[in-house]
Amino acid sequence: MSTGEKVLWWVAGLAIVVYALFPVVWILSLSLKSNAGLTENRFWPSEVTWSNYQLILTGDASDLFLPALRNSIGIALIATLIAVVLATLTAYAVSRLQFPGKKLLLTTALAVAIFPVISIVTPLFNIWRTIGLYDTWPGLIIPYLAVTLPLAIWTLSAFFREIPWDMEQAAQVDGATTWQAFTKVIVPLAVPGVFTTAIIAFFLAWNDFVFGISLTSTDASRPVPAALAFFTGASQFEEPTGATSAAAVVVTIPVVIIVLVFQRRIVAGLTNGAVKG
Amino acid sequence: MAAITLDRIVKKYGDGFPAVNDVSLDIKDGEFVILVGPSGCGKSTLLRMIVGLEDITDGDLSIGGTRVNDKAPRDRNLAMVFQNYALYPHLSVFENIAFPLRLAKGKHSDDEVRRRVDEAADLLELRDHLERKPANLSGGQRQRVAMGRAIVRQADAFLFDEPLSNLDAKLRGQMRTEIARMQRRLGTTTVYVTHDQTEAMTLGDRVAVLRKGELQQVASPRELYEEPVNLFVAGFIGSPPMNFLPAQLEGTTLSLPFGAVEITPDVAERARGAEFLIAGLRPEHVEDSETLEGPRRDRGVTFDVDVDVTEWLGNELYAYVPFSPDERVAAKLAELDKELDGESMRHQMVVTLDARSRVRDGDRARLWFDPASLHLFDPSSGLSLTRDEDRAREIQVDSEAMRQQALERSRAHAEAVGQGAPA
Ligand SMILES: Nc1ncnc2c1ncn2[C@@H]1O[C@H](COP(=O)(O)OP(=O)(O)OP(=O)(O)O)[C@@H](O)[C@H]1O
Ligand SMILES: [Mg+2]
Repeated sequence: MSTGEKVLWWVAGLAIVVYALFPVVWILSLSLKSNAGLTENRFWPSEVTWSNYQLILTGDASDLFLPALRNSIGIALIATLIAVVLATLTAYAVSRLQFPGKKLLLTTALAVAIFPVISIVTPLFNIWRTIGLYDTWPGLIIPYLAVTLPLAIWTLSAFFREIPWDMEQAAQVDGATTWQAFTKVIVPLAVPGVFTTAIIAFFLAWNDFVFGISLTSTDASRPVPAALAFFTGASQFEEPTGATSAAAVVVTIPVVIIVLVFQRRIVAGLTNGAVKG
Repeated sequence: MAAITLDRIVKKYGDGFPAVNDVSLDIKDGEFVILVGPSGCGKSTLLRMIVGLEDITDGDLSIGGTRVNDKAPRDRNLAMVFQNYALYPHLSVFENIAFPLRLAKGKHSDDEVRRRVDEAADLLELRDHLERKPANLSGGQRQRVAMGRAIVRQADAFLFDEPLSNLDAKLRGQMRTEIARMQRRLGTTTVYVTHDQTEAMTLGDRVAVLRKGELQQVASPRELYEEPVNLFVAGFIGSPPMNFLPAQLEGTTLSLPFGAVEITPDVAERARGAEFLIAGLRPEHVEDSETLEGPRRDRGVTFDVDVDVTEWLGNELYAYVPFSPDERVAAKLAELDKELDGESMRHQMVVTLDARSRVRDGDRARLWFDPASLHLFDPSSGLSLTRDEDRAREIQVDSEAMRQQALERSRAHAEAVGQGAPA
């Protein structure tokens, strides 16, 4: 690379980073401002205050925020876990076995994945109310699965297809049952794929707003994105901007942690050396 | 240890295409059998049916006397080495080799696993690499790990699917002798798929030649070379391949593009009625008459030809002699060439001459061959008219005796070394 090209790359890279991080930094800055500071018309807070965090973690808003945080974490984790386990098995079957209806299964999965979520919310609302799933954890986990499963199946089957068939057949010749070949050879090799899928699934559930706001009504199951909408200011005429920003920062933290932890697991090129050529 | 018997095995894939058609083959206990044939002829399919990775459409497969058609691969107790080795990348070399033993839960104590893996590693000179991951090994080492995984467990037979095709020429030669040595030493029944001439001729006790899913001939390498049953086998075995020449018979005189030779009355009798014939002449059976001496020269005939191109290789000299065949023969030869994966664009005879020969490009040369070495084929059926059944049988008996001797020797050797032949 010539120096000119290098400079160009740096400039382009920097532009992207600034573009992506600007809203995050803006929210962080908002969350550290006092109520008075919000109207100051400056980017950085003139005086850093933790009052917004106090408000949502221990103060008035904590009644709204803490249960929502618990709901979000619990629901997203459970949905992720179920989606990954089911998708692993399904993707394995899809990539390895010939069975009638396989094409149909995949197309349906894709269709569901691109289906506009908003259009199923109203019918779901009615059904959930009738069968008693409204405002419960399962009431959110199920629609989340509908969204995450298709994506997880598609991502994972791409991963499975990368794993050479021969490896599994070798295991069978070596004396493994189909299940043993799957657990001892295929799963270890698919680990990076499983983690990638888990992250995607978790994000989808974690970031959801539409289901969260429509299918819940109380602390029992309302997730953070929905709860943010219920924040109120100190008085009727005050916007809860600071508290909302603080809550947004708090819910971003688990996401960052998860990416950092799983990133190490996503080791590319694990299959190197299994087969030659 | 086990004999493998294939009885009229058929494999049809989903599209109804018979990849393997009516193959019957008896593989004796301890025998080393090669499956060979051009690309797509069904070698891998046959091997995979034996090991159980592919369903058998029709026919019976027995191993050690029991029918195994419906048994899962793991119940057949066979070991296989894949073309791409199929090592487990997440396991160390030690664990790769130990994998089959670990699967047989409770059967082997940790000490025994270690002992067996060490033994296999010693045999394959892998001792220093046991703790490494496959990704960090060279091609030859990976190949040896794959073999280690096959021999560590006392399998009834070894199956190899082109195990050396990913290695470079030199390593391939070394590993070839290594495999031969190992098989002789262990005396385990072995089926080996290849499309390499040298591997087919040097490794096997017997070679099975396949063409479009059908078995053409199963015989010792020598019989295949000397008494091929048809055009296909004759053209497939030998390097450079046999020359096919148009021939016309009148009485007992056979006219070839370069001259006429006398053939024996029985062959002439068998060939009677055929409008034209195809003669087969191996390149190495032709000599430069200048470099020949004495009585041998008198047994053959000489003829003058125009040499187009020559290639001097140090130990021998290839000379290319163009000829123009009859249209009907040309069509037949082109078809045959295509079947054999060939790509010859022109009609020419290749001859391998003594390196001392002074024949060079564009020369007119006097060549020699012995008419007894000439093969003759019926172009419509492709069958050989010169195959001598009695001689073929003699070669068979002889090769079997040699195989038995080799087995005896390896057993005696194993006992002397004190390891005892594996059960
Ligand atoms: N899964 C499959 N479905 C349909 N046809 C197949 C399948 N596998 C192989 N075939 C066909 O069966 C025939 C034999 O294939 P096979 O792999 O046994 O050939 P091969 O002799 O091993 O060739 P090569 O030397 O190239 O490995 C080929 O014509 C191939 O197209
Ligand atoms: Mg093959």
